Amino acid sequence: MVMAAEQVARTITRIAHEVAERHRTFDDLALVGIRTAGAPIARRLSDELRGITGVRVPTGALDITLYRDDLMRSQVGPQPILRRTDVDFSIDDRRILLVDDVLYTGRTIRAALDALIDFGRPRAIELVVLVDRGHRELPIKADYVGKIVPTSPDESVQVRLEEVDGRDEVVVER
Amino acid sequence: MTPTAEPSRRAVDPPLPLDVPARLRTKDLLSVGDLSPDEILLVLDTAEAMKEVGTRSIKKVPALRGHTVVNLFFEPSTRTRTSFEIAEKRLSADTVNIASTGSSVSKGETLADTVRNLEAMAPDMIVLRHASAGAGHLVARLCGARVINAGDGMHEHPTQALLDAFTIREHKGGFAGLKVSIVGDLLHSRVFRSNLLLLRALGADVCACGPATLMLPDMARLGVRATTSVDEAVEGADVVMLLRVQLERMRGHFFPSLREYFQRFGMTQDRLRRAAPDAIVMHPGPMNRGVEIAPEVADGSRSVILEQVANGVAVRMAVLYLLAESRREGPAGE
Repeated sequence: MVMAAEQVARTITRIAHEVAERHRTFDDLALVGIRTAGAPIARRLSDELRGITGVRVPTGALDITLYRDDLMRSQVGPQPILRRTDVDFSIDDRRILLVDDVLYTGRTIRAALDALIDFGRPRAIELVVLVDRGHRELPIKADYVGKIVPTSPDESVQVRLEEVDGRDEVVVER
Repeated sequence: MTPTAEPSRRAVDPPLPLDVPARLRTKDLLSVGDLSPDEILLVLDTAEAMKEVGTRSIKKVPALRGHTVVNLFFEPSTRTRTSFEIAEKRLSADTVNIASTGSSVSKGETLADTVRNLEAMAPDMIVLRHASAGAGHLVARLCGARVINAGDGMHEHPTQALLDAFTIREHKGGFAGLKVSIVGDLLHSRVFRSNLLLLRALGADVCACGPATLMLPDMARLGVRATTSVDEAVEGADVVMLLRVQLERMRGHFFPSLREYFQRFGMTQDRLRRAAPDAIVMHPGPMNRGVEIAPEVADGSRSVILEQVANGVAVRMAVLYLLAESRREGPAGE
């Protein structure tokens, strides 16, 4: 166990405070969570930010399956089910906070950046992750990190969330 | 195009289907029978995500980049061919269109030779429309490309049935116990055969209606109630699906005149009053106004005919994407 429920909650609150600290205006912010786990984290961040700033930050969910670089490559193993992308606001000229649960190789984030840019031209994109487990394969770095968790490549980091799994926790499994 | 009664966007994650597989087991989509009920639901769920892609200002995703898709159409088609081509382009596939006129087919080349020659150029998928039942099965045996049946004679048209099911689900939420009445030229209709298989697989109650001369010989074995009375068929129906009278496929006389057909079987506002108050009216197109459907019904508030066309693109995107992702196998016998 790397993070228990109360730690997950405190971490998300802390990230929200960091976001509030680093931005002077909040009207041009928007949160976009990467499905599946990034979406509920983005919604929680949105609630926290409203509590801190009083501004309701528009929040969307992005499915990056159609932008993956390993489509048609892996012939065995489970394939992610394609989910609906829900970004029902214009991202043009906004500062987008892209939210995911775990930052690992960086390939998911690369796909998400491509997907986002097909939606418009944001003024800036910042990256929020709950866990950074290292082993980057692309030059990508998070702006807000919940916790750095050193791992070996044969381990897997599981982020479980109330909305999906019925409880909050982060565990490393081998 | 004006948006027609689109359901509101979902703010929360759609529920995770528990036992839906993430990929298809079949290499080709030749018949609705190639799909299990849970695979049908996978196609419909995937199509829901694809429909959102069509609402973006940039209606294109890179999923099938580098894939070559050949649209091989031996019968005339506007809707289906355009729908497939738009679906392929929205997924970034490279598309090639071949129609029987203007190709070697008009010089007497056989289907098998045409396909062997295409295969030599290594396409990833072939979308085939042909006047002969089973043409898709022949093509699938001859080549390693994935084959999608876009209508084979009077046999099947699986993507039409899938887009019909998608449209029904958008309006009715599900299929179990749903009363679907299909009225028209049943005998010559591949749309009827595919819809029947699909709707039965998902638990709908299907009633078929048409002139006795245009019935299938073994209706009872297919698990469908058959009647020659439109009033009886429409009574309490949740979905009224009309089929085109396919004069071009008729050899011989099946009914006295088109006017008499309309009087006996044409869907009018009056007849529609017997259906459920929230019934929807569907037609796979092309319509013969004043034959199987009255213009007021075709353009009426219950008609979802243009929604079917719109949904066709999303459903075909789903089929193309899922087949590309399905397990790769060589042609049978290799």
